[in-house]
Amino acid sequence: MSAASKAAVLEIRDLHASAGGNEILKGIDLTLDAGEVHAIMGPNGSGKSTLANVLAGHPSVEVTRGSVVYDGKDLLKLAPEERACAGLFLAFQYPVEIPGVTNSYFLKASLNAVRRHRGEEELDAMDFLTLVRDKMKLAEIDEKFLHRAINEGFSGGEKKRNEILQLALLEPRLAILDETDSGLDIDALRIVADGVNRLRGPDRAMLVITHYQRLLEYIVPDRVHVLAEGRVVTSGGKELALELDKKGYGWLEVEPAQGSAG
Amino acid sequence: MSDIESLAQQEYKYGFVTEIEEDRAPPGLDESTVRLISQKKNEPQWLLDWRLKALRRFLQMLETEQEPTWAKVDYPKIDYQKIVYYSAPVQKKQLESLDEVDPELLRTYDKLGISLLEQKRLTGVAVDAVFDSVSVATTFKDELQKQGIIFCSFSEAVLEHPELVRKYLGSVVPYSDNFFACLNSAVFSDGSFAYIPKGVRCPMELSTYFRINSAGTGQFERTLLVADESAYVSYLEGCTAPMRDENQLHAAVVELVALDDAQIKYATVQNWYPGDENGVGGIYNFVTKRGACRGRRSKISWTQVETGSAITWKYPSCILQGDDSVGEFYSVAMTARRQQADTGTKMLHIGRNTKSTIISKGISAGHGQQSYRGLVRIGPKAKGARNYSQCDSLLLGDECGAHTFPYLEVKNASATVEHEATTSKIGEDQLFYCRQRGISEEDAVSMIVNGFCKEVLRELPMEFAVEAQNLLGLSLEGSVG
Repeated sequence: MSAASKAAVLEIRDLHASAGGNEILKGIDLTLDAGEVHAIMGPNGSGKSTLANVLAGHPSVEVTRGSVVYDGKDLLKLAPEERACAGLFLAFQYPVEIPGVTNSYFLKASLNAVRRHRGEEELDAMDFLTLVRDKMKLAEIDEKFLHRAINEGFSGGEKKRNEILQLALLEPRLAILDETDSGLDIDALRIVADGVNRLRGPDRAMLVITHYQRLLEYIVPDRVHVLAEGRVVTSGGKELALELDKKGYGWLEVEPAQGSAG
Repeated sequence: MSDIESLAQQEYKYGFVTEIEEDRAPPGLDESTVRLISQKKNEPQWLLDWRLKALRRFLQMLETEQEPTWAKVDYPKIDYQKIVYYSAPVQKKQLESLDEVDPELLRTYDKLGISLLEQKRLTGVAVDAVFDSVSVATTFKDELQKQGIIFCSFSEAVLEHPELVRKYLGSVVPYSDNFFACLNSAVFSDGSFAYIPKGVRCPMELSTYFRINSAGTGQFERTLLVADESAYVSYLEGCTAPMRDENQLHAAVVELVALDDAQIKYATVQNWYPGDENGVGGIYNFVTKRGACRGRRSKISWTQVETGSAITWKYPSCILQGDDSVGEFYSVAMTARRQQADTGTKMLHIGRNTKSTIISKGISAGHGQQSYRGLVRIGPKAKGARNYSQCDSLLLGDECGAHTFPYLEVKNASATVEHEATTSKIGEDQLFYCRQRGISEEDAVSMIVNGFCKEVLRELPMEFAVEAQNLLGLSLEGSVG
């Protein structure tokens, strides 16, 4: 149980959301405090990615009921770029390719947009390069990726590491990792997890969305929430992830009430 | 995609009119019009005869309705008798230096960002400023002359260097070439002329800045560039016009000639008034541009950034005559509002081992419609000829269109021809990705569009690459959000 004295970074209350006319989130409640890492698990179609998209403000998802308070602000009123500037970061499940725009140009534009918003001075090319080189070590990315178009021709693992690089660079208040482990081999998984672990800190909250328990062996969460059919059906400590791994998701759907109580 | 559907409502910032005393011909087109223009310019008889031949041919084409209709553009019939074919700012006397140019004209070019006086001090670009029908000033002329480079207005070239003009005029685009080129040949009023002598590398960018100011007029300029053996020149042109409800015709002809080992780089940043969001007004930009790689190992590169005009009809082409000659075409065309563009190139491979590259990037937004139309012809003697074509289209929103019409004629079996084409939409996911990283929607669109055009923009001279990038961003301003 999280201590009530801690500052909540994220408070989701009775959140309902639809995409393409279908209700996908059917009343989510979740509180995430500073310094905590929570995992969201659940079978395919349970609404995990939709939750990530709602929090980041994807235009294809419509919130129909409920509230999300982020650092005391009404998150749902903010445009996606305002959320990003306020320190909300989403590591994408499928990072998009943008042909012709170099990674370094994009990263610098992004970092400076966020810095402007924070009232910090924009970095010039030299300072940016110094900083980004440092962060690239953390994500174990070769410098040549700076000069390539964003995600174009990157392997699955390279794309995910590029997301972690951005996470490291932008130093967000709240990081949401949407199935960052999908499509990664064990080495890439370790690199990504190491990168994330090094970014854990008392002022930062993280929401790690995953289908498999495997990632949680590397990024050990404070809490685990299980999503099924658009609701949190059970929450628990890190051992819940192990239990799910053994039993699968099937038992939850049969006995959701018991699960919640446990 | 609702966010990016309401497109391109940007202010056209060059839409002002300069109040200046004009010397105008009455509207209408007949022999007297042509004689008047020729007389105003003190032209020799041979040129008047050439114009009159063109006029007769044009009137014949007009009568038999040979105005081309194959392009995928739609506009009401033009009444060629209502156009004013000659309009010039009144000049009190022959100009001795730039200091004598009407200050109102200098201010006009200042407002356009082309300072004719400061140009001299600031950058290594020589400018010929064409205002309606005449050239009003050419900078750096004397300095270029020291190296034997001729850079002046077309009218001046006719008087000062008649042997060169006579030798090359119409040698690439004959007067009877096509409907609009024929009209131009009859009534062209000014333009730029450049000759780079043997072995000379032109030390600065040459450029012409075209400005349509007068109402009811057409602009018919003619540009002729000749690079003698082993010469090199990089040339660029820019164009703007006031905002008016009427459509104005701009029918230019550009001829390039490259002799043995010569190289010409020709860049255009075209920003004529595009008309308003309902498609009212704007320039009809019906232009014939062609370069002849006459010499062995000669090279001609066309780079164009076309963001303006209500309608664009333009196919900068290369005749690859000399063995081992090279033709290139790099194009970015943007159609927003109700703009239409049918543009592309022709690469005519005649000599052996001739090579051509075509990179075309089309961007459509709003109700913009555009077509890439390109011909690659490999002649029977063009042994070992090679072509690579790549045509990419980017759509913003659901009400615009992009079309590709590649034509291919191969008459030599040893040729290699490659064609690639893609059409993509600026995806909601690309935009969202940028915004999730703190980048505003407008900046994101501009970033994605510039990334899409990168291969072409990098062909532009540095100063103009920046201008072109801004222009692309500007043309999309207000297109999102």
